[in-house]
Amino acid sequence: MPEQDPDIRRHNFEEVPFGYTPELAQLEAERCLFCKKPKCIEGCPVNIDIPAFIRLIKDGDFSGAARKIKEENTLPAICGRVCPQEEQCEIVCVTGIKDTPVAIGRLERFAADYERENNLIEIPDKAPATGKKAAIVGAGPAGLTVAGELAKLGHEVTIYEALHQPGGVLMYGIPEFRLPKAIVNSEVEYVKKLGVKIVYNAVIGRYMAVDDLLQDYDSVFLGTGAGLPYFMNIPGENLNGVYSANEYLTRSNLMKAYRFPEYDTPIIKSKKVAVLGGGNVAMDSARTAMRLGAEEVSIIYRRSRKEMPARIEEVHHAEEEGIILELLTNPIEIYGDEDGWVTGMKCLRMELGEPDASGRRRPVPIEGSEFDIEVDTVVVSIGNGANPLVPQTTPGLDTNKWGNILADDNTAATSKPGVYAGGDIVIGAATVILAMGAGKIAAAAMHRYMMGIPEPEPALEEESSKSKKKK
Amino acid sequence: MNNILKKRILADDMKELVVESPQIAKVRKAGQFVIVRANETGERIPLTIADADAEAGTITLIFQEVGKSTMLLGCFEEGDSILDVVGPLGKPTHIENFGTVVCMGGGAGIAPLHPIAKALKEAGNRVISIIGARTEDLLIMQKRMKEASTELLISTDDGSFGVHGFVTDILQSLIDKGEKINLCFAIGPIPMMAAACRLTKKYDLHTVVSLNPIMVDGTGMCGACRVTVGGKTKFVCVDGPEFDGHEVDFTEMVKRSRAYLPQERESKDRFIHEGGCCHK
Repeated sequence: MPEQDPDIRRHNFEEVPFGYTPELAQLEAERCLFCKKPKCIEGCPVNIDIPAFIRLIKDGDFSGAARKIKEENTLPAICGRVCPQEEQCEIVCVTGIKDTPVAIGRLERFAADYERENNLIEIPDKAPATGKKAAIVGAGPAGLTVAGELAKLGHEVTIYEALHQPGGVLMYGIPEFRLPKAIVNSEVEYVKKLGVKIVYNAVIGRYMAVDDLLQDYDSVFLGTGAGLPYFMNIPGENLNGVYSANEYLTRSNLMKAYRFPEYDTPIIKSKKVAVLGGGNVAMDSARTAMRLGAEEVSIIYRRSRKEMPARIEEVHHAEEEGIILELLTNPIEIYGDEDGWVTGMKCLRMELGEPDASGRRRPVPIEGSEFDIEVDTVVVSIGNGANPLVPQTTPGLDTNKWGNILADDNTAATSKPGVYAGGDIVIGAATVILAMGAGKIAAAAMHRYMMGIPEPEPALEEESSKSKKKK
Repeated sequence: MNNILKKRILADDMKELVVESPQIAKVRKAGQFVIVRANETGERIPLTIADADAEAGTITLIFQEVGKSTMLLGCFEEGDSILDVVGPLGKPTHIENFGTVVCMGGGAGIAPLHPIAKALKEAGNRVISIIGARTEDLLIMQKRMKEASTELLISTDDGSFGVHGFVTDILQSLIDKGEKINLCFAIGPIPMMAAACRLTKKYDLHTVVSLNPIMVDGTGMCGACRVTVGGKTKFVCVDGPEFDGHEVDFTEMVKRSRAYLPQERESKDRFIHEGGCCHK
């Protein structure tokens, strides 16, 4: 797929890949074997009929392809950009055995973009009104999915969103150059056109309690997302110039600090930035720092390249843009000056030992390998804990020892009747598409609950949902 | 939504807005705050809820104009509305009948102190409030603080009104007189809270402070508001805003509050240069 030149794009916030032209999309679609038993559908957490939409692209019915995707996935332009297709649908693609797999993600993006750019978006037929009402907490990927699904089934849906904009992590977390906010807004607009109402600035757990929602609604979905950012717990983490990735990205993405002073929210102008962590969020932070004008940006990760949780494509893009990977390195102290500003960092070299609980080889410090690096900004990107606001204020809602809400794999039901949950608040920090998968499961179960339809036998379902979970 | 029903200028740079916000007015408790964003390009800033009227569905915001965002908000008039008001945020004050409670407020810190003093008095405490400002003209909420307290004492730095000196001087004289105090609240500029805590620590007098650091989301997601309390990092928005003042690292707080000074100056200068309120 054609994309912006690295030397140019590292200075702007515009999207990196340009997307397929119709000709390129059709060429790519022709590579699909249209398998009788398509493995790609099973690989997709929301079970999009992939061969069917690819066939429509091949036949030149691009908006038909978009509508086909939307039967299963309300947010295709988003998923086409941020889904890890290489470990879901594309990894099982039969074409991929001897050649590169069909670029399913890029085709999904193409179909959705084509439909949007040509104003061809149509609102599907909805089921007749049921008279039932559902409240959704959080307008992120999980919440938007549940809302869209329930609205199509004829329910009245209201989303309560804590921030002043919809999208959750799609808006505050993922940068413009990877997911343009106009696209998020457009897909949210689609969900609203299905009849979903969104109330902004409503922090459930403070503004209203879940029990208050249960007075007015027949069921409630909790999709509050990732919560409190983790820090390293090393000396110097409260110095000026140390950010959580959440804060760094929120300032830049949601608050548009990259356009300061046109926008009022500031962000520190850095020269040398160290980003701690090896996930997609770390890549996003590093690439944001580069675009904000930093001279040197390093990613400090304690294991090797092989163990990095980030998508290969993201690491590749980051390296192309000149970001340095400091692998097998662990920071142990952040140095500061007397005014409280970061001046540098003390690090340790690591080597890989035996595999740990996650199956990845455990990093072990090499004795006497301490060394100092000069930095003025540190972005800590090592994950998030659960936000306590909803669990603390909702009697009868069970959580695990980390504070994540406990929800059934097959129904997303929590311990509290009528209350369902999914996304990062249940499984910890994961992906957009896994949150959406959970949203679909929850929507189906909430529909049954509100309509008094008995739960189906779980026997077969269990197997498939478990295997999906592991990804 | 968020219509401004009433605006008052309390002092030179201190403004009061009564804002229509029925749900927040209904559920907010003493000690809680809101985050506001004035307009589309605005930043999210935390502001104290100085008072609320559940029946009228209004909350009262009091703020000092210190930078662009507060100056911009100060330009809003009756009939205007604030784009975003989020809350109530933070944990409410722990209220019970402690006995005699001293409530110290300095400058704009009198605003968050007011609902706390009021709630403490309603819970049966003997509330001795000590409020202070640089000079008489900058002293706010005198009448309301008098109503919210059993006794009200006032100081000004220049002696233009009340005791010549600081609120801590008044507290010292209460202690010297042998006043039996069960609990202290100290809310105001960081140096004032630090001074109050240095004093009360000598007498082992438990002191609660309410912190107002830089915040972004206010729901625990970003960690901008972290502060060291008792050697541990806390998030003011979800763990606070109130903490044991004897445990707070005020030196670190001062440094962190200066993280964006150059940008704050740039923003403010630009705002003034472009005509100030005309750019609402």
